[in-house]
Amino acid sequence: MVNVLVCIKRVPDVSGEVLLTEDEMSVDARHVGFTVSPHEECAVELATQLAQSSGGTATVLTLGPSESIEQLRSALAVGCSDGVLIHAEADRYGPVDVARAIADVVRARADAGIDYGLILLGNDAADTGDFQVPIRLAYALDRPVVTGISTLELDGAGVSARADGPDGAEIFDLPLPAVVAVMEGGVSPRYPSIPGRMKAKKAPVETVSPAREPRGSGRARLKLPPRRPSTVEVLGTGPDAAPAVVDLLLELGVVPS
Amino acid sequence: MILVLVETDATGAIEVSRETLTFARELGQRAGAPVQAVCIGALPDGARTGLLTQLGAQGISLVYRPDDERLNDYAAAAWAAALLDVAETTAASALLAAGTPRGNEVLAHAAARLDVAMAANVVRVDAPAPFVVTRQVVGGAAWEEMQLPDRVAVLSVAGHACDAQAAPAPVEAEIVACTPKITDHDLVARVARVEGSVAGDAGALTSARVVVGAGRGAGGPDGFADLLELTQLLGGALGVSRVVTSLGWRPHAEQVGQTGSRIAPDLYVACGISGAIQHWAGCQSAKTILAVNTDADAPMVTKAHYAVIGDLHEVVPAINAELRRRLGR
Ligand SMILES: Cc1cc2nc3c(=O)[nH]c(=O)nc-3n(C[C@H](O)[C@H](O)[C@H](O)COP(=O)(O)OP(=O)(O)OC[C@H]3O[C@@H](n4cnc5c(N)ncnc54)[C@H](O)[C@@H]3O)c2cc1C
Ligand SMILES: Nc1ncnc2c1ncn2[C@@H]1O[C@H](COP(=O)(O)O)[C@@H](O)[C@H]1O
Repeated sequence: MVNVLVCIKRVPDVSGEVLLTEDEMSVDARHVGFTVSPHEECAVELATQLAQSSGGTATVLTLGPSESIEQLRSALAVGCSDGVLIHAEADRYGPVDVARAIADVVRARADAGIDYGLILLGNDAADTGDFQVPIRLAYALDRPVVTGISTLELDGAGVSARADGPDGAEIFDLPLPAVVAVMEGGVSPRYPSIPGRMKAKKAPVETVSPAREPRGSGRARLKLPPRRPSTVEVLGTGPDAAPAVVDLLLELGVVPS
Repeated sequence: MILVLVETDATGAIEVSRETLTFARELGQRAGAPVQAVCIGALPDGARTGLLTQLGAQGISLVYRPDDERLNDYAAAAWAAALLDVAETTAASALLAAGTPRGNEVLAHAAARLDVAMAANVVRVDAPAPFVVTRQVVGGAAWEEMQLPDRVAVLSVAGHACDAQAAPAPVEAEIVACTPKITDHDLVARVARVEGSVAGDAGALTSARVVVGAGRGAGGPDGFADLLELTQLLGGALGVSRVVTSLGWRPHAEQVGQTGSRIAPDLYVACGISGAIQHWAGCQSAKTILAVNTDADAPMVTKAHYAVIGDLHEVVPAINAELRRRLGR
């Protein structure tokens, strides 16, 4: 039996232009919704699969504002059994702070008799993209860690993890307890069913406060990358544009002879 | 001292590592610090020769090679331990690597061991002492100015933040072997074996000179024949949007974007792709972008260099026919 803890982060669901808040410290999310990274959706899917197959539980955790309950409920609707909300202003938390706060929860739960043999996270958060929380967490808990993992199988007392490396699929065999950062691509996250949504409403969510003050993320301000004005040259409309396109391809020298 | 962790393939340093060397040199000039390289893991003869030539051309005279067979297979913690040994002997004030999966992973281990901050995907150093950097966040759609106040600055350099450039005065580069302190603990998470990729070959996508992109506009799993023919005529690779992979039309290995591959081909032909910021994150380094889209106002069209407004199922076959005609096939 393996209990799995999976960590997700509420982030603005921007697909068009990014807008900044007046103080330039955050992305202005007033006109967009919120989501979690696809990496984390895959981590949630793996967590529920592994918990199910081993007869353990899958707990979903986030550090964020009270609205993050929305993202916890989405994970509860696709198979997680309970949630933890570390109530905090995520923008004030750097990756070290987030990792420490998660580690504190893991230790507190262990003291209460709940051991997480496997902690899954996304490979990188969709907003800050620090590429660090899983590794910082592993050091805080003194556990082995692998990142960039697309699939994961329990294998006796350990876990076998697969990542896409420069020379093919790399296989890591880890003893448990371990920390694994998941990348999109190995599993398809399921959609919530109606009974799943009903269950999610009633699933227990524990709210905790972080035990210590954050060191901070080092953010001085956000800015928008320089944007060049559109210089698009329209080569034509419909199939009639084909000769102009081929002229361009030849001019660019990308047509193999 | 500024140390750069260099990743290699069969021929020498990979392109983004060469970019990072140039980035480090420019930083070194401003900070008055020399730049040296570190290369960990297996290094076949061809790669060794290539690496030394490339380093010499970049004006970098020393590359440290932690000498321990146990480092041949990738193990991030052990590689970080080896990197930190070199950092200690050289009294390094900054550790750099390219913002690749391995670059970010090894640096994150190093930063955790040093208990210092790390900045991922830096595009610019604003001030070298104390360190202030500008880095990509939200997949590069926004930038963050970040302070790195610690005694050692750890930063990965975003791919294609600068071009790899030769130094005005080339030097002769040599290898310095060193003996790293690695424990069994550092080797727990290591590559146990490598299997041929089953899901497809993302490597072909990231190294292709031409990428033909396809999005929701392809219409369904059967909508790719013409796009694949164009890919083949141009000797390129197919890249797709996340809509295409999450609907199961094509494998994830072909996905371009924030949670897929980052490409930098000479030409990207983006067909039926709207150009969401997360897709743009993966294709913005293409030298030339040609968009094919029914919507003249789609962001992919307005950001592209060239565009054809129309249905890809009519435009792409016409391009293929014209190409075949001119090539006499
Ligand atoms: C955290 C996060 C990470 C993400 N990562 C990625 C990623 O890595 N890669 C990625 O691609 N997306 C990613 N996304 C999703 C992204 O936001 C968009 O949803 C996605 O890129 C849209 O794909 P699309 O352009 O194919 O589809 P749409 O946005 O639906 O656009 C379809 C386009 O095709 C055009 N079109 C339709 N029919 C035709 C036709 N017959 N001929 C020509 N044109 C036609 C339309 O005008 C439109 O412009 C991510 C999202 C989030 C939140
Ligand atoms: N505030 C947070 N709450 C819960 N998990 C987080 C938080 N921030 C980051 N993580 C996890 O750590 C992963 C990597 O984040 P990062 O190191 O910030 O790029 C994310 O994909 C999440 O799984």
